[in-house]
Amino acid sequence: MGSTDTFVKFEKVDKSYDGETLVVKDLNVDIPQGEFLTMLGPSGSGKTTTLMMLAGFETPTGGEIYLDGEAINKIPPYKRGIGMVFQNYALFPHMTVNENLAFPLEVRKLIKTDIQEKVKKALDMVELGAFGNRMPLQLSGGQQQRVALARALVFEPRLVLMDEPLGALDKKLREQMQYEIKHIHENLGITVVYVTHDQSEALTMSNRIAVFNDGKIQQISSPDILYEKPENAFVANFIGENNQLKGKVKSISGKNCIVTTDKGDEITSLKINVNSVGDSSTVSLRPERVEINSADSNFENTFNAKVKELIYLGDHIRTRVEVCGNDQFIVKVPNSYKGANLKEGASVKLSWKASDSRALDLG
Amino acid sequence: MNETTTGSILTTEGVPLKVSLQKAEKRNKIRAILLVAPLLVFILVTFLIPIGDMLLRSVDDSYINTVFPKTFKEYKKWDRQDLPSEELYKTMFFEVKDSEGYAIGKASTRMNYAKSGWKSLLKKSKRKFKKIEEGPYKEQMIAIDKKWADMEYWKALGVMVDATTAGYYLNAVDLKYNVDKEIVRQKENRRIYNHTWIKTFKVSVLVMIFCLMLGYPISYLLSTLPLKYSNLLMICVLLPFWTSLLVRTVAWMVMLQQKGVFNNLLVMANVIADENRFKLMYNETATIIVMTQILLPFMVLPLYSVMKTISPNYMRAALNLGASPLHAFWKVYMPNSVPGISAGCMLVFILAIGYYITPELVGGKDGQMVGNWIAYHLKTTLNWGLSAALGAILLGVLTVLYWVYNKLVGIENIKLG
Repeated sequence: MGSTDTFVKFEKVDKSYDGETLVVKDLNVDIPQGEFLTMLGPSGSGKTTTLMMLAGFETPTGGEIYLDGEAINKIPPYKRGIGMVFQNYALFPHMTVNENLAFPLEVRKLIKTDIQEKVKKALDMVELGAFGNRMPLQLSGGQQQRVALARALVFEPRLVLMDEPLGALDKKLREQMQYEIKHIHENLGITVVYVTHDQSEALTMSNRIAVFNDGKIQQISSPDILYEKPENAFVANFIGENNQLKGKVKSISGKNCIVTTDKGDEITSLKINVNSVGDSSTVSLRPERVEINSADSNFENTFNAKVKELIYLGDHIRTRVEVCGNDQFIVKVPNSYKGANLKEGASVKLSWKASDSRALDLG
Repeated sequence: MNETTTGSILTTEGVPLKVSLQKAEKRNKIRAILLVAPLLVFILVTFLIPIGDMLLRSVDDSYINTVFPKTFKEYKKWDRQDLPSEELYKTMFFEVKDSEGYAIGKASTRMNYAKSGWKSLLKKSKRKFKKIEEGPYKEQMIAIDKKWADMEYWKALGVMVDATTAGYYLNAVDLKYNVDKEIVRQKENRRIYNHTWIKTFKVSVLVMIFCLMLGYPISYLLSTLPLKYSNLLMICVLLPFWTSLLVRTVAWMVMLQQKGVFNNLLVMANVIADENRFKLMYNETATIIVMTQILLPFMVLPLYSVMKTISPNYMRAALNLGASPLHAFWKVYMPNSVPGISAGCMLVFILAIGYYITPELVGGKDGQMVGNWIAYHLKTTLNWGLSAALGAILLGVLTVLYWVYNKLVGIENIKLG
């Protein structure tokens, strides 16, 4: 999507609550129409504040937010026409499900028959057609979640915000709801900004993920790129499992560089976030990209290692080894004949490709 | 294992489960009873028994029967057409003559409620009867005082023949028995209680409304402010609460009287002329102002405790869905605060309706409430029966209100903290 159909735009947005520290620093994001963007980050990283500024409950200390080309800093929340699903749903406990859904429509002064029709349609969409006359507290968590979703969608907003909407559900229900929200997004073509601290949720649902830390977006890109090509140590560490080997850059040649660990091992890696020889660096490597005792000689990196611990996880064996001075190095060994043969204390040979190891900042 | 489908369930040892459970719980039950026993006894002795005793006094009319037992026995034979027979006069004569002076005094007070004049008649008779040595007594008694020949006095005794009476209750709503034991209204100049009842309700309702109007915004602010500010504000609300009621009431007297702080300030600021000072003290206005201030914490505390539990996300959600702040407040916030409103209103109303000290001090003649009349009859006229009747009606009204309230709102919706 080109920049012409940018729907939401954050421009140099800052936010401070106490006038001393910035919760959000110089935020610049363009969100195209129809995108599912997830803001992912640890708590206190500024992602919820960003969402609240978009919804209108917090005012940016600096910068400007645009919605469909219009500056909205001075528009109160009830005139923004943005749908929102709150943490813990915020369903009105004194109203039935139907009344909850009719609320935004009554406020917009729709005629009664239209309201009934839209409410029914929205409830059917979340498969709760028969629950219209229940009170919210008579529903299970998952059902309340769906009602909240239906209420945020019933007045047909073009933008829907979701603030950790699945946080209170158990794992199975959460996964089911992830797919439902994803499908609703695809069917309606609305723009969704979603906040979560759960990376698997973010990976499942999003077109793009913005990883927040310390008030800043560390990286914003599609889930696969985020996982496979993290641009700094924080992202590499926050998304998925990650092995880190610390060292100093010894030499740089084109796309690659060589990082020397404290023990003197030389790792050939992609040069991502290091600039010059002598820089401190963290080499990041996904556990599933490491081979144990491989006969293949196509690997740039091969080191001797010692098996420290084996954790049986059914389909694979999580193997903790000591290599290049790091005894927290994890390798995922498929539960095959070869994997089952490993013993704690055994010496093994680890190999990986230069293109799978990324020399990042120190983190 | 055992026959669980039919009959009672048995434990593995074959004892019925319920028996076994009771045995196991017995110790806990005894412990619980022992824990509450001291308080229970205390409340029973200092609260329930005295209240029960007072309630009985509101219908009790037995004392007079112990002073004039023979007279009343003889009285029942009287046809109420002509003056009583010599026999009735005779028993009356001896029971007056032979009784202790204080007993006659006490009985005559009661007789005076039925027909005024009895007290002075008996006092005089008690003195003069000593000189009468022998019968016939009728003429000699009438010679002492002509009232002995007045049918009204004799008829009035009929109201007191039974050991119980509804007379005090009638009195409490400006009715009475006439000498023929028919219910009639009090004389115009003696009708005071209905007026007082209406005033009591009016003042209580107004105080309740003012407390709600003043307390609601404060409670809202308290519940939404960050903790460090809300604690400070809470102390400001509670500080008067910890100050003696008397001190606060007297402080208001200093503030509100005609030469007081408030009026002086207005005169100094040329808002009012010196001769047009507001009359804010010793009237109903004073009662309402001071009671509102004193009862305000009882509104704020339950409101606050309910508002604290209303998630700020409700308001946010309402705004997000397109409701203006006012609409969101009215349709979403307010309904969720109803349990606090009802608890606060009920608490304030119940406390206000029985209030005594504040109207006594600042109410003047115009600001007196039922509580003041109860105290007046307890302490000054010693008409405990009437006090008890007024109190019992108050208790009854509150019970009915509570019942109605429970039907309308549901008592389980109340939250006091």
